[in-house]
Amino acid sequence: MNGWSALDRFLRTDPRDVGCDQAMEMLHVYAELVAAGEPAEERYPGIAAHLQACGPCGEDFAGLLAAVRGEAH
Amino acid sequence: MLVRIARAEVARRGPRLRIAGPELDDLAYQAAADALVAITGKIGQFRGESRFTTWACKFVIFEVSAKIGRHFWRHPAVRLDAEDWERLPGRFGADPAHQAEWGDLFAALRRAVDSELTPRQRKIFVAIVLNDIPLDTVVMHLGSSRNAIYQVMFEARRKLRAALVADGYLGHDIAGCS
Repeated sequence: MNGWSALDRFLRTDPRDVGCDQAMEMLHVYAELVAAGEPAEERYPGIAAHLQACGPCGEDFAGLLAAVRGEAH
Repeated sequence: MLVRIARAEVARRGPRLRIAGPELDDLAYQAAADALVAITGKIGQFRGESRFTTWACKFVIFEVSAKIGRHFWRHPAVRLDAEDWERLPGRFGADPAHQAEWGDLFAALRRAVDSELTPRQRKIFVAIVLNDIPLDTVVMHLGSSRNAIYQVMFEARRKLRAALVADGYLGHDIAGCS
């Protein structure tokens, strides 16, 4: 990816983005849906949009998903 | 279980952090202990929408996140307000060999940062984008919340993109994103 497209992607904002508080409030539900292979993005598009745009929340989601998958095995 | 999850999470994040060894282990134990306090305090809020363990794990992950943010906050090298605009293209992986191509774009971005953003938006943009300070560390510095800082950045990103689109540097969007 060159600087142009990386900057373009960074500056894009999605009006469906629910923000950190709402995304974190439902993160456990969202993570279980993803871990179960359910269409979490369709059920919670605002959370999906947020997790794509917010590095720290995306990192928390990745950690919780790893924990959920680890607990299941 | 909380300690096991915390240790797994610091191990997962560890390679990207400048923390290692016993310090990382301490961080995991502290995160597990603080998560237990959070879980105990919020247990009445558990609504059964997920397994209890998933809900509980969430607080461990949050505590690991917060402790890592605090770690960098204490780091003496962290400066929110340093401004080295030469670093801006590198933050977005711009190839120095194609400077002629992207030089105008980043010059326009800098002008937009100066003309479009409020002082608070500018300060937070400079800290996160130019100085590469983790958002959670900026939260600690400013005594704010992750959501508040994210919303400031969200609005800053929207304004900057609109300015670059208006000046013809970036294309208009077809879908709902702006």
